[in-house]
Amino acid sequence: MKSKDELIHDHNHDGIDRRGFLKCMAWAGTGALCVIQGGVLKSYSLSQMSQWGEKATGDLSFVQISDSHMGFNKAANPDVVGTLKAAVDKINGLATPPEFLLHTGDISHLSKPEEFDTVDQILKNATAKDAFFVPGEHDMLNDDGRQYLERYGKASQGAGWYSFDKKGVHFIGLVNVLNLKAGGLGTLGPEQLEWMKKDVQHLKHSTPIVVFAHIPLWSVYPEWGWGTEDSAQALGFLKKFGSVTVLNGHIHQTMQKIEGNVTFHTAASTAFPQPQPGKADSPGPMKVPADELKSVLGITDVKHVQGQHALAVIDSTLG
Amino acid sequence: MKRICVCIAAMAMSLGTMALLAESNRVSPYGQQNASAGTEVKIDNFSFGPETLKVSAGTTVTWTNRDDIPHTVVSTTGAFKSKVLDTDEKFSFTFSKPGSYPYFCSIHPKMTGKVVVQ
Repeated sequence: MKSKDELIHDHNHDGIDRRGFLKCMAWAGTGALCVIQGGVLKSYSLSQMSQWGEKATGDLSFVQISDSHMGFNKAANPDVVGTLKAAVDKINGLATPPEFLLHTGDISHLSKPEEFDTVDQILKNATAKDAFFVPGEHDMLNDDGRQYLERYGKASQGAGWYSFDKKGVHFIGLVNVLNLKAGGLGTLGPEQLEWMKKDVQHLKHSTPIVVFAHIPLWSVYPEWGWGTEDSAQALGFLKKFGSVTVLNGHIHQTMQKIEGNVTFHTAASTAFPQPQPGKADSPGPMKVPADELKSVLGITDVKHVQGQHALAVIDSTLG
Repeated sequence: MKRICVCIAAMAMSLGTMALLAESNRVSPYGQQNASAGTEVKIDNFSFGPETLKVSAGTTVTWTNRDDIPHTVVSTTGAFKSKVLDTDEKFSFTFSKPGSYPYFCSIHPKMTGKVVVQ
């Protein structure tokens, strides 16, 4: 029997059909488990992970969570502590414990010390040994990121970027939420780009690359600022690699796109959903009735997609 | 048939011109109204309203964030910079010198506005 609710990103030729894509859009789940197997990344929704059992094993597995927005207490979710705890419970319920957690930013809502403290406390209960972070714009308010760097950036360079290797996979954490210009999008900046260029220069072409940053490194919806000005340069450095996976947050919904050797993936928020691009007056928190909140955050219905379908291109929804 | 098409095109053009005229008529008094009445800018739905505010020198302008998401008010030339404004929080700045003061939200840079001091 074909397994359902599994999404495969195959860098060779296939992708997601429209039906699969729409199901994917409804996947406003609590997190995603990423498994890299032979350089190909598979992601699984956490909400239905328990039924995966041994399927979700590979050379390396890790969990991406995003946009905890600790401190947010408005109608869209008055209990962001509860939903982050629920995400951790899901992580701890995995048959194969993930190697580490990867948080793609907006840990806090207002960069308050107690908000970071709360997230740290909750994540300590996760069975995964390590956690890696990149900042969201909400984590660098008022102090240009000084506090964030003190807490999470000890091993990082510049404004918080860094790289590390796990089981042959090269991970690159980027910062694209600082020094934003009026009217513009996310920005990496020349210093970070220069560092990245050198960082990947001597890697073998066969090295699987995972790039993670808060704001999408592809143009999801520039009208709402959902993109990064100079991401093309960053992706240019990765052209020689056979397998590149880009993980982002920021838009509080799951989206996928495959372009050549690059798979783009945005994770859902653990705090509140945001509207689909252009489907509301603004990208503000999407309010749903209280008894439906959990279903919006937790529903997982991603169809197993194999290579026989045409690639769904996200840009078609941008209007 | 050809003539009908031309006729329709001409009508469409004149309608377009009328719409443009109506638009310019509408915009002009709107700006005047801002100049006399406004010292308040509301942040709603990820936008500054009014987008352009006209005031006389010495006026204190107050921004109020009415969104569920925090925003900032930051001058693009460094003239003023608010702390992050959570829901219902305010920021005020007194404009003593005439000039044009463009600003934006440094968290959501697509949000831009301008204060024109006369």
